[in-house]
Amino acid sequence: MSKTKSILINPIFNENPIAYQILGICSALAVTSKLETSIVMSLAVIFVLAFSNLAVSLIRHHIPGSVRIIVEMTIIASLVIIADQIIKAFAYDISKQLSVYVGLIITNCIIMGRAEAFALKNPPLYSLLDGIGNGLGYTVILLTVGFFRELLGSGKLLGISVLPLHTENGWYIPNGLLLLPPSAFFLIGLIIWVLRTWKPEQVEEY
Amino acid sequence: MKNESTMKILTVALGVCLVCAILVATTAVTLKPIQRQNQENDKLHNILSAAGLLQNNDADLQSLFRKHIRAEIIHLEKGIPIDPQKLDESLKADQFNIKEISKIDEYTRPLPPEDDAAQIKNVPRYMIVYNVIQRDSVTKRILPVYGKGLWSTMYGFLALGSDLRTIQALTFYEHGETPGLGGEVDNPRWKRLWIDKQAFDEEGELKIEVVKGQVNPASPKAKYQVDGLSGSTLTTRGVNNLVRFWLGKSGWGPYINYLTSAIKKGNL
Repeated sequence: MSKTKSILINPIFNENPIAYQILGICSALAVTSKLETSIVMSLAVIFVLAFSNLAVSLIRHHIPGSVRIIVEMTIIASLVIIADQIIKAFAYDISKQLSVYVGLIITNCIIMGRAEAFALKNPPLYSLLDGIGNGLGYTVILLTVGFFRELLGSGKLLGISVLPLHTENGWYIPNGLLLLPPSAFFLIGLIIWVLRTWKPEQVEEY
Repeated sequence: MKNESTMKILTVALGVCLVCAILVATTAVTLKPIQRQNQENDKLHNILSAAGLLQNNDADLQSLFRKHIRAEIIHLEKGIPIDPQKLDESLKADQFNIKEISKIDEYTRPLPPEDDAAQIKNVPRYMIVYNVIQRDSVTKRILPVYGKGLWSTMYGFLALGSDLRTIQALTFYEHGETPGLGGEVDNPRWKRLWIDKQAFDEEGELKIEVVKGQVNPASPKAKYQVDGLSGSTLTTRGVNNLVRFWLGKSGWGPYINYLTSAIKKGNL
């Protein structure tokens, strides 16, 4: 596999930011009760991650080591505000549901983590791809979790009824736990278990 | 210039800040009109859906609103409408924003704890009411209501029929209750339960309540009762409290009395 391709693909299953690096859990718990919010949140994170990596990489030879964290934070925070403004303008209903969580992308460890671990040491194109790749890795987990939470928790997918609810004369009794944040913990735990059974090299030594 | 020199640190910091500031400011300013339009449409949408005027989604909100809705500002304690000419700019109907107004001391009065069922601490002195006009007469009055649920303050509209006793709708347009549990306050199926319930009995006494579990349809009280939401006792209690608060003496009570006596005298 060529280097560019592996930079893009690796973070999806091999070094997934949530399942392998265990970063960015907070927002994965908060916004995944529905598939729709998970999708928009994922897009916002891909956007911020790709461009923060690119920007940090472009000026990496000029960032003084003593202030590098604050420089990275300034870039990340600006991108998050831009993403938030765009969502408020073009997806107003969803922005109301996501509420503070778009703003909290600033504190998402994946973004800071990739800027520090990758973008500071690699050229812009690779950094951009690494950002998109990690964003996709985040997306895969968010969509999986959002899919199961919405389906089993409210019998719907993207707001469309899939399992007819008993309260609406159907047969399905939804599991309320899946609508609460702890259920995302269980689901992420299961995903990590599946991933590490499939790829045993991800299991840490102890 | 070495990367760690003070000059370089300042240059990089300033440069990054400048570029970021320009980008953020440009996005914020250019997108502002669209965002404001969204908020405005959202508000119209909520009022019109409480009015039961939204049959299809692609309706022109602005023209529907202009055609069917007349807003009025009410002095809550006295229960009477105020001449729009005498109002401050921020209290005018098209500017009226409950969240803003409930934060300004001048426009609110503190509630003693025993009267504060909705847990809002201060009640606005002035409130807006949206009259629904159909065929030249007022068919419904949409009263804004709000109060604490389990996690959040829930904002909504209570629509009363022209008899001022029958509830025509209760909707919530903003809340932060648990999705799937308390968040079901905006479930259309639950909202339908409110339609045609009686808020007051013949003597004008406040009767409406949300009960735990299901209403017994055989009970004589059934027309004053609404099923609670299962799995969300505290949100349900919040809804019960806020509806009763807003229909009571510290809320819309005086205005409802004013209208009822006006109807009796034949002035309306």
